[in-house]
Amino acid sequence: MSRRPEPAQDQDPVREHLSPAHALEIDPLIEDPDTRIVVCCGSGGVGKTTTAAALGLRAAERGRKVVVLTIDPARRLAQSMGIDSLDNTPRRVKGIDDSAGGELHAMMLDMKRTFDEIVEAHADPERAAAILNNPFYQSLSAGFAGTQEYMAMEKLGQLRSRDEWDLIVVDTPPSRSALDFLDAPKRLGSFLDGKLIRVLLAPAKVGGRAGMKFLNVGMSVMTGALGKVLGGQLLRDVQTFVAAMDSMFGGFRTRADATYKLLQAPGTAFLVVAAPERDALREAAYFVERLAAEDMPLAGLVLNRVHGSGAGRLSAERALAAAENLEESRIVDQPDGKAGLRNSPDTYGSSESPARNVTDGGSPATEDVDGAAPEDEPTATDGERSVERLTAGLLRLHAERMQLLARERRTRDRFTALHPEVAMTEVAALPGDVHDLAGLRDIGERLAAGHAELSGAS
Amino acid sequence: MSGKGGTGKTTVAAALALALAEEGKRTLLVEVEGRQGIAQLFETQALPYEERKIAVAPGGGEVFALAIDPELALLDYLQMFYKLGSAGRALRKLGAIDFATTIAPGVRDVLLTGKACEAVRRKDRGGRFVYDYVVMDAPPTGRITRFLNVNDEVAGLAKIGPIHNQAQAVMRVLKSPETAVHLVTLLEEMPVQETADGIAELRAARLPVGRVIVNMVRPQVLDAADLELVGSVSRSAVARSLSSTGLGGARRGGHAERLVEPLLAQAEEYAERYALETEQRAVLAELDVPLHELPLLAEGMDLAGLYALARKLRGQGVS
Repeated sequence: MSRRPEPAQDQDPVREHLSPAHALEIDPLIEDPDTRIVVCCGSGGVGKTTTAAALGLRAAERGRKVVVLTIDPARRLAQSMGIDSLDNTPRRVKGIDDSAGGELHAMMLDMKRTFDEIVEAHADPERAAAILNNPFYQSLSAGFAGTQEYMAMEKLGQLRSRDEWDLIVVDTPPSRSALDFLDAPKRLGSFLDGKLIRVLLAPAKVGGRAGMKFLNVGMSVMTGALGKVLGGQLLRDVQTFVAAMDSMFGGFRTRADATYKLLQAPGTAFLVVAAPERDALREAAYFVERLAAEDMPLAGLVLNRVHGSGAGRLSAERALAAAENLEESRIVDQPDGKAGLRNSPDTYGSSESPARNVTDGGSPATEDVDGAAPEDEPTATDGERSVERLTAGLLRLHAERMQLLARERRTRDRFTALHPEVAMTEVAALPGDVHDLAGLRDIGERLAAGHAELSGAS
Repeated sequence: MSGKGGTGKTTVAAALALALAEEGKRTLLVEVEGRQGIAQLFETQALPYEERKIAVAPGGGEVFALAIDPELALLDYLQMFYKLGSAGRALRKLGAIDFATTIAPGVRDVLLTGKACEAVRRKDRGGRFVYDYVVMDAPPTGRITRFLNVNDEVAGLAKIGPIHNQAQAVMRVLKSPETAVHLVTLLEEMPVQETADGIAELRAARLPVGRVIVNMVRPQVLDAADLELVGSVSRSAVARSLSSTGLGGARRGGHAERLVEPLLAQAEEYAERYALETEQRAVLAELDVPLHELPLLAEGMDLAGLYALARKLRGQGVS
């Protein structure tokens, strides 16, 4: 194998940079006094909650009075912000840099508590008690599909109307579809004060006019059918519940509508959070389209967990070739060929553990010796041997990294091709999880720097 | 099959369905969340609400798929028990179906699990089960117990009536030894934590916990001995080694020498992740559940990858 000249340094930039037109600038967004609500949405497992918390912290340390509404934070993240107790009210987060005059508050949504509070606020104590004790209410509020989304938006409305904070950062619930939180409030709202409920209450009251006849027939069939399907007891529970809630009906619809309007208002900014993976970005694309269809103001896309490399000019192919080269020379040195085999991270679930091979006695466990250099090294010392092994490993690690980079870039580019109008910031991947303020601050830095890093000189 | 969002539970569910279908068996893969993830995985068009063959497994087995639409399932159900014909359409117009499937406590979940259980128990004319296995791509770990146990809840709420009976029947299937709830996780803190919580909840509800499948496990590139060396190795020795394979000069400022720091930095990140993964493996090992691992597919997920994962599952004796 002949030595090549020094590799060319001028080609292969680490990654193709986003053009400045695509850059999402976080700081101007969160510093702008007109920005009052930032909604972080996206599919599950892309770092929504962490992004929301990091944005909140950054805004607070830049002088704004911020509240972060989280839905389901990781335990240690919640602890780091002092909101591990679930009491449904914002708590001030200690330990932030308040030299700019900002404050950070955080809360974790308790949807049952939020629902109870609405009931308590809108009904006299006796009625409230009747509702709260109704079994139908109890299962509804304990979290059937849509309730969490409705309550998250309800809480957002409450926080906003108190006007105590400059900025509210909301995390959205981990729904089966990232869009649920837009639909569920409407659905629940229209259910709670819709026609259907009134029919359940008093079928006789509706109809009468000739044109309504068809509807009327449908309705009586329906009450009957629902009764059959659900069982009389449940239907009676629903009816009692509805009767008790009667005074609040207009309220639910109006509130759902008000929250919806709030989301469309100019002071609101949506951030779609995604990771550079196919599914997450596909979901993000749906979301972008949906937000546009609903006239919701999209600020941009946060692309989390993007990988980079300090040695981006060394391609995967060259790194692999070099690693093989190093390993080959070791095999030549060790004619029994043990060295090349060092790859058996198999399962623990399966019964054949490496230990068994040894204890069973008979077979000299050949594979798992793992290059532990034998004493009879003819040419190289143990030290050199292990450095070579390490170097080969480093090169393989690098090749893997470069392949990952290429894959992420392709995925990202597919998204930008579909949605060139969406501004984007990228957040470099961290090797570990975030669970303290310092970690959040670091993410905040990366969020704000994402575009600079990308559009800066390559 | 459940798992935290983003852990690849749909993929693992599909791979399991394939693995179980080998040797001439027939499996049904059921989707309940309306995301059409199965269709995407198998590179076919969106699945309608009907059972459809989507793949053939090595050895002649077949995989069928069904995307359950709760609204249609309710209409089906009404039709079956009450012969509701056009009244069903009227119901739909009025939003009653929407009401029943979205809001009414648990009805949606009963319908979804009910449909799956019906497939489990269905027999052909010869009295043989139509499907040897039914694999459900279920809601995420955070909601799985509520989803499966909702039958209990409905059974408590609706004390009599067909929904009650249906719920009872479903619970009998779900709690039987023929059912296993498998959980998919990644070697990361949150998914592992959620898996541990999920198992505790399932056990409390007396639902049968199956296996834990650790998905997207990255290959081990450096072992503990290498990692120890990362901190202490002489920079110039690594530079010389790089240089020896033709990656440039090992001298100060040479190309090989300039690669050393970034490469070691990547190794340190790897070391950090390795330590975290080791920690999470230890947490998983304490759960007292059979563990399996599936590798991260470097080229991303596609049909070939799916078959590869199915082989892995089979090789590990999951099926």
